[in-house]
Amino acid sequence: MTDYEPVIGLEIHVQLSTRTKMFCGCEVSFGEPPNTRTCPVCLALPGALPVANEQAIRNVLMIGLALECDLAPRSVFHRKNYFYPDSPKAYQISQYDEPLCRGGHLGDVRIHRVHLEEDAAKLVHVGESGRIHGSDASIVDFNRCGTPLAEIVTEPDLRSAEDARSWLELLRTTMRQVGVSDVNMEEGSLRCDANISLRPVGSSVYGTKTELKNMNSFRFIERGIRAELARQEEILRGGGEIEQETLHFDPRTERITSLRSKEEAHDYRYFPEPDLLPIAITEEMLSSARAAMPELPAARQARLEAVGLNADTARQLAWRPALGDFFETALQADAAPAQPLANWVTGELVARIGEQDPRETRVQPAAFAALVGMVAGRTLTPANGKVVLERLVTEGGDPAAIVEAEGLAAVSDTGELEGVVEAALAANGDAADKIRGGNMKAIGAIIGHVMRETKGRADGAEVTRIVRDKLGV
Amino acid sequence: MIDREQVLHVARLARLELTDDEVERMASELSTILDHVDRMTELDLEGVPPTTHVVEVTGALRADNPRPSWPRDVMLAAAPAEKDGGFLVPSPQAQ
Amino acid sequence: MNDLLDLTATEAVARIEAGDVDPDELFEVYRERAAADDLNAFTWVADGPDQRANKQGPLRGVPMGVKDLFCTEGVPSQAGSRILEGYLPPYTATAVRNAQAAGAALLGKTNQDEFAMGSSNENSGFGPVRNPWDRERVPGGSSGGSAAAVAAGLVPWALGTDTGGSVRQPAALCGIVGLKPTYGAISRYGMIAFASSLDQCGPLTRTVADAALLFGHLVGRDPCDATSLGMPEPVLVPTAERLDGIRLGVPDELTGEGIQAGVLETFQATLRLAEELGATVDTCRLPHADHALSAYYVLAPAEASSNLARYDGVRYGLRHEGDDDLISMYTRTRHDGFGPEVKRRIMLGTYALSSGYYDAYYGRAQQVRTKIAEDFRTAFEAFDFVVTPTAPTVAFRLGEKVDDPLSMYLTDFCTVPMPLAGIPAISIPNGLSEGLPTGFQLAGPAFSENRILDAAHALEQAIGFDGSKARQ
Repeated sequence: MTDYEPVIGLEIHVQLSTRTKMFCGCEVSFGEPPNTRTCPVCLALPGALPVANEQAIRNVLMIGLALECDLAPRSVFHRKNYFYPDSPKAYQISQYDEPLCRGGHLGDVRIHRVHLEEDAAKLVHVGESGRIHGSDASIVDFNRCGTPLAEIVTEPDLRSAEDARSWLELLRTTMRQVGVSDVNMEEGSLRCDANISLRPVGSSVYGTKTELKNMNSFRFIERGIRAELARQEEILRGGGEIEQETLHFDPRTERITSLRSKEEAHDYRYFPEPDLLPIAITEEMLSSARAAMPELPAARQARLEAVGLNADTARQLAWRPALGDFFETALQADAAPAQPLANWVTGELVARIGEQDPRETRVQPAAFAALVGMVAGRTLTPANGKVVLERLVTEGGDPAAIVEAEGLAAVSDTGELEGVVEAALAANGDAADKIRGGNMKAIGAIIGHVMRETKGRADGAEVTRIVRDKLGV
Repeated sequence: MIDREQVLHVARLARLELTDDEVERMASELSTILDHVDRMTELDLEGVPPTTHVVEVTGALRADNPRPSWPRDVMLAAAPAEKDGGFLVPSPQAQ
Repeated sequence: MNDLLDLTATEAVARIEAGDVDPDELFEVYRERAAADDLNAFTWVADGPDQRANKQGPLRGVPMGVKDLFCTEGVPSQAGSRILEGYLPPYTATAVRNAQAAGAALLGKTNQDEFAMGSSNENSGFGPVRNPWDRERVPGGSSGGSAAAVAAGLVPWALGTDTGGSVRQPAALCGIVGLKPTYGAISRYGMIAFASSLDQCGPLTRTVADAALLFGHLVGRDPCDATSLGMPEPVLVPTAERLDGIRLGVPDELTGEGIQAGVLETFQATLRLAEELGATVDTCRLPHADHALSAYYVLAPAEASSNLARYDGVRYGLRHEGDDDLISMYTRTRHDGFGPEVKRRIMLGTYALSSGYYDAYYGRAQQVRTKIAEDFRTAFEAFDFVVTPTAPTVAFRLGEKVDDPLSMYLTDFCTVPMPLAGIPAISIPNGLSEGLPTGFQLAGPAFSENRILDAAHALEQAIGFDGSKARQ
């Protein structure tokens, strides 16, 4: 029986977070009453003309830099002609064969292109009360019309529904970090369609692909792709052929239905937009885009590894910029070595603050560094370190002062510690016997006793050493 | 050289209703015009770049600064049909 | 009153400045004539003075006609089409605002071929316009209303638009001056679009000096039009009286076959006059001019098919009633609202852009456009101006070409090459043939308007054309 492999490509629309629309000065809308964010241009009144938003172009350049694309020295807008009530000019100004960005990659997925275009209006279906001549009607709201969109198209490099989902999440994180969009699927600032096909494993010939649209959450995307893959596989195994069509996934029923048949395939009659001049990317635009870029995760990860962190910790700090910032500031205090400091950030700190930005808590980077320094220098046990951290997070303050006030300093006098260990061994004869017999697990009881006696100020490793020494194991 | 079927196809693309008379006349008139226009095929245009803009400038961009939007009643003033602050249209069928 | 009507706009401005003439009186004299117009040159005439005109400005309140397709706030702007019948825009076109800011006063909106498509003004949704020289004949198009109004003395000057000749050709047929500027000199914002890469606003006036005066106030780079450039130098009042050192190039391709004998006669006479004024006249070649018409009648309809798609009955204009299905609403609205010529061009343009045909038609036409621009650049290395008759015939009879669209298109062959190359050209009246005016066209390199106006002015003085007969 043939094994099929999925071949999946994604088409993503990212709503850019500029202040104004793509071709006019109307402010981008966030749920205002209908048609209160319009003007002659975005409403396509007779005689109106578009003028391109330079910030939107800069944002697409930034996306191109983040995805390591080739940036076109000369780029052209095209008209994509089609009739629909959400398209007031009956054409969308978009880009065709001379997009702003080509090539590039994110993770393992290659990027085909990134281009700039404008968003359509919103159609609201009217119920019984608004029927026209006894049939259904819609109301058109042009507030959204003309909002800048970046369209990102990948090569068909994805091989499973799960991969598609996690790659999309990676893209979202990247876009958030670049700072060009809210990329929120629920709000519509991130939209994703999938092109899906199957082919026999080992074949290099692409199968017929279908387009799956209107999935508005990560979960639905994964489930939709999975459902479509299953549908296609069933057809192929039955000896049938896949029809090239546009499909819709209903998450409630998990059913795939056809949105458009082949006959209705659009002839968009693309031609270069005569009302807009070609975009020539100048050195100034490029340096302005580069300057506006935050350090990207891959670069930051490499830099953190160079500072001495292992790849895993470096990656965690690189992909969560707020944590990375906190770590680097703490590192500058020169109070603790890099790896232990990083471990405490990604471990204990995250355990306490979750998704929160460390800047929103009371703990100061320098204080945090001092704390880790104390633990690393063994003047504070890890256990008590956690206690102090808790205090720093909720109340702030200076770790040394807290340790002093609460008497949390590690027992540094070996003699004193020896005494306590001896007392513990004497009080836990059974455990002592087991240890002598080779059962090291029993040491837990001894350590527990010592910790209680010293109020957690004893270093567990040190206690173990003394026990072994005293018992000769 | 442009037949009735093609006329109907193009009319559909252009969302233009034509009576049977108009279709026939259109086929004949467009054929005559296209015959003349086809003279362009006499030319050797190998390697000639197309002119998309006579203006030899690039740029003319707009800074991302907001301008006041227009009052809704002004924007809706010429609307053939409106409801709830929006333009009322027959619903598109599965498009 | 006759005295007032005989004043050119330039003279009227001077007289108003001197205090001899009252601008409101001047406006009213013209307004009454416009209201009583029997040429159907106007689609709208003002009730009273233009409140938006800055009468302290350099144009002192001299009245102006404006082609219907310019958006004028609160005043019908219909582009000569039933699909926009009664449409009142909420804003005014930049060119009109510039003129009003300089002091020109809006007296009326002039009739035109629907969406600027036509060469006879017989394609208007509001009836044809008649030529004041002979009311059984066309005034030319598409700015026929503006041309007829100026020629008949219903308004001292007017704004038109030129895409393939729509300012120059009616100017020629009506015996007045018409200037098509360099593409981008005047903003297109608010000009209801026909063919975006070709359309330009242009003045229609009685004299070259008037054209220069009005043109100077229309130009400018407009942040609302990304393709606008303005003029690189100030527009000057023309003063030249001679043409010494000026080299005139006469292209074989546009001055032979297809030109009426009488038109060729006045053309040759003007060339001899030019030589007397010191110019040299020689043949020049525009090898691709023969194909300009083909390229134009692909490119202009293609852009128009897209520009006119917004007339769908959703947000403004005509909507066909009684449809419960969206597509019918679209198709019937557009069927009812557009006239036959507009439909033809929409079909032609859609076809030329459609899948499988783009390369052969639109793509090719763009290449021909490149060659035509090259032809002119080469010609301008050896010549200061390229000169031709503006139109191949004098004004033809109403109805004569209406049933033969191609024959109507062919009348444009002298004027379409210039917009394809984006270069400026002027038409000045240079005589009569069979009692009807003929026009002489001068075309120059991009932004050479000052030199064109100067040369045209010198010729105009020497020709001494008298257009007053049409103003009776």
